[in-house]
Amino acid sequence: MQADNIIILGVNHKTAPVAIREQLAFSGDSALPFSELMALEGCTECCILSTCNRVEIIVVSRDPDKTAQLLRRFLFGQSDITDQESEKYSYLHRGTEAITHLFRVGASLDSMIVGEPQILGQLKQAYKASAENNCTGAILNRFLHKSFTVAKRVRTETNIGGSAVSISYAAVELAKKIFGDLQGKTVMLIGAGEMAELAAEHLLTQGISEVIVVNRTFENAVKLAQRFNGKAAGLDDLIPMLEDVDILISSTGATDLVLKQEDVKPVMNQRMNRPLFLIDIAVPRDLDEKLNKLDNVYLYDIDDLTHVVDINKTERDKEAGRGERIVTEETMKFGQWMEGMEITPSIIALRKKADVICKAELERTLGNIKDLSPKAQKSIEKMAGAIANKFLHDPINYMKADHPGDKGEKLAFVRELFDLDRDQG
Amino acid sequence: MKLLFQFTFYAYIFVTITYLVFFFNQNKQVRTLARYGMLIAAAGHLLYTLLRYFAGGHTPITNLHETVSFAALSITWGYLSFRWRYKVKNFGVFVSPIITILMLIAALASQEMSRELAPALQSIWLPIHAGVALLAYGFLALAFCGGIMYLLQEREIKNKRFGFFYSRLPSLEALDSLNRHCLATGFPLMTLGIITGMLWTKQGAGAYWQWAPKETLSLVTWLIYAAIIHLRFTLGWRRRRAAIMVIIGFLVALVTLYLASK
Repeated sequence: MQADNIIILGVNHKTAPVAIREQLAFSGDSALPFSELMALEGCTECCILSTCNRVEIIVVSRDPDKTAQLLRRFLFGQSDITDQESEKYSYLHRGTEAITHLFRVGASLDSMIVGEPQILGQLKQAYKASAENNCTGAILNRFLHKSFTVAKRVRTETNIGGSAVSISYAAVELAKKIFGDLQGKTVMLIGAGEMAELAAEHLLTQGISEVIVVNRTFENAVKLAQRFNGKAAGLDDLIPMLEDVDILISSTGATDLVLKQEDVKPVMNQRMNRPLFLIDIAVPRDLDEKLNKLDNVYLYDIDDLTHVVDINKTERDKEAGRGERIVTEETMKFGQWMEGMEITPSIIALRKKADVICKAELERTLGNIKDLSPKAQKSIEKMAGAIANKFLHDPINYMKADHPGDKGEKLAFVRELFDLDRDQG
Repeated sequence: MKLLFQFTFYAYIFVTITYLVFFFNQNKQVRTLARYGMLIAAAGHLLYTLLRYFAGGHTPITNLHETVSFAALSITWGYLSFRWRYKVKNFGVFVSPIITILMLIAALASQEMSRELAPALQSIWLPIHAGVALLAYGFLALAFCGGIMYLLQEREIKNKRFGFFYSRLPSLEALDSLNRHCLATGFPLMTLGIITGMLWTKQGAGAYWQWAPKETLSLVTWLIYAAIIHLRFTLGWRRRRAAIMVIIGFLVALVTLYLASK
């Protein structure tokens, strides 16, 4: 088997807008078309990965050129996309390129948000579905499993999933650095806005016990408070309530400051100096810049948070580079394994293994017998070689024989039985 | 016995170096190595102290070598006791160098066993007083490390510059509860140390208090920590202020320890 027998046809968020991805076959959640794929000429194994950002069809084929063509027609058949357009929106990888591609996808190096962890779970699901439909054989079994281990390696050896890359996550992460555990803490939301609500939601999943919503118009506050199962309050209650608040997110449309340093200073004494984390996502700003000068008060505005996110993104890119190196290394190893998946190299490997064992054992035995004529020594050597050859005769015949069924499966079995892939992990 | 001390000393050096290496490269295997190293060093150190006790027939806190080694031992076991109850990320990185420095001082001092104890030292109060006081210092040293870590971490969060320490140090909350724990354990021990010291002085010199420099300084240290405790638990001087105060308090305590062991 050659690495070239593996092909991947796919579209993702980079190559095609969602309007195109929607039109593809099986983009809905209906049953995946395994039988149709297996019926394509040349196709021996297949797996389908379909997520909201990508569709990938991984195929092992006896006749890659032909299958690739049919595959493209199949994928775009139900849409009104012409052949030329389809080439623009999709990518076709073969051989080493395909191996690299799947490894990168699994390791989340190809994701919209590099390092996001969901893709690996989705890939595992895709493999499971394919295996349950009997669409995987020796090659894909090994290929997909390898892609899982590569993803795991990238995750543990680099810091790719390390730090928050969205503003609301960055806020949560900072809150954790200040408060440790967020269990039992209280959040106050001043004003409303998508970003503020998102941050509040993230905080809620971290075990925040209470949300207080403050708004100029009390009705709006009540409405939003209901969503978070929290309390509502008017702007006048803001400062008295501050005593029990740990995290404050402000995003009003006000042109003036909502909270000044003089307002908060006395509150800090009442709070016994418990820390206060202030997040200002409003433009123009709601919170007094000087607040950050107070002891145990931490003020972050939108620029500060964006800055944090930017730093984290560069950090991730750097880590992604290290991930790419791991992928390159693993691609090479897998390519070597694929090359070994032919009859001739397998026979050679088997013979070599027998040779090595014979040599080692002969050396040990002959070393222990001192008074042996050269002629006798030769005979013993010959005998060892003959035993090995006789012993290997049947397994080799078995490999060469034309059995019905998957040739790859048979080879993989023999290689595993004689442990011929040990060096290649 | 000398060999055992050297073994312990080198073990601590090894732990410190591995912890520092871990701090830079964040390789978890290195940390595991440091943790086991710490346990081995702590066990060896304890064994050494016990052997010395049996060989000398008195608690080994009679000269500089013994005192400093015992102080290091109490930091180690204070650290391990803390480790067992709470999790403070990378705490070992900051604690192990202090232990190693103390062990270095102990290694440089004369390791001769004092055969004939001065009459003043031949008292049941010696092991009790010195043991309790040094254990108190152990916890104060831990609070000191926590204070430094707090200030480093807070500076990065406050200035919004996330450099080297931000990801490597624990949350401010964890460091503050470390501060609380160490004060709550260390201060009662210190009080007990002063009371037993007074009883010992009474036995030896006939008076409870003589205003010797070491006594005066002990009192000052005690007052400082009493003030820290008071401010912390009643007025809410926690976090940053508490961190600064335990750092100052420990520096004064170090001078006291030096005078006391003379």
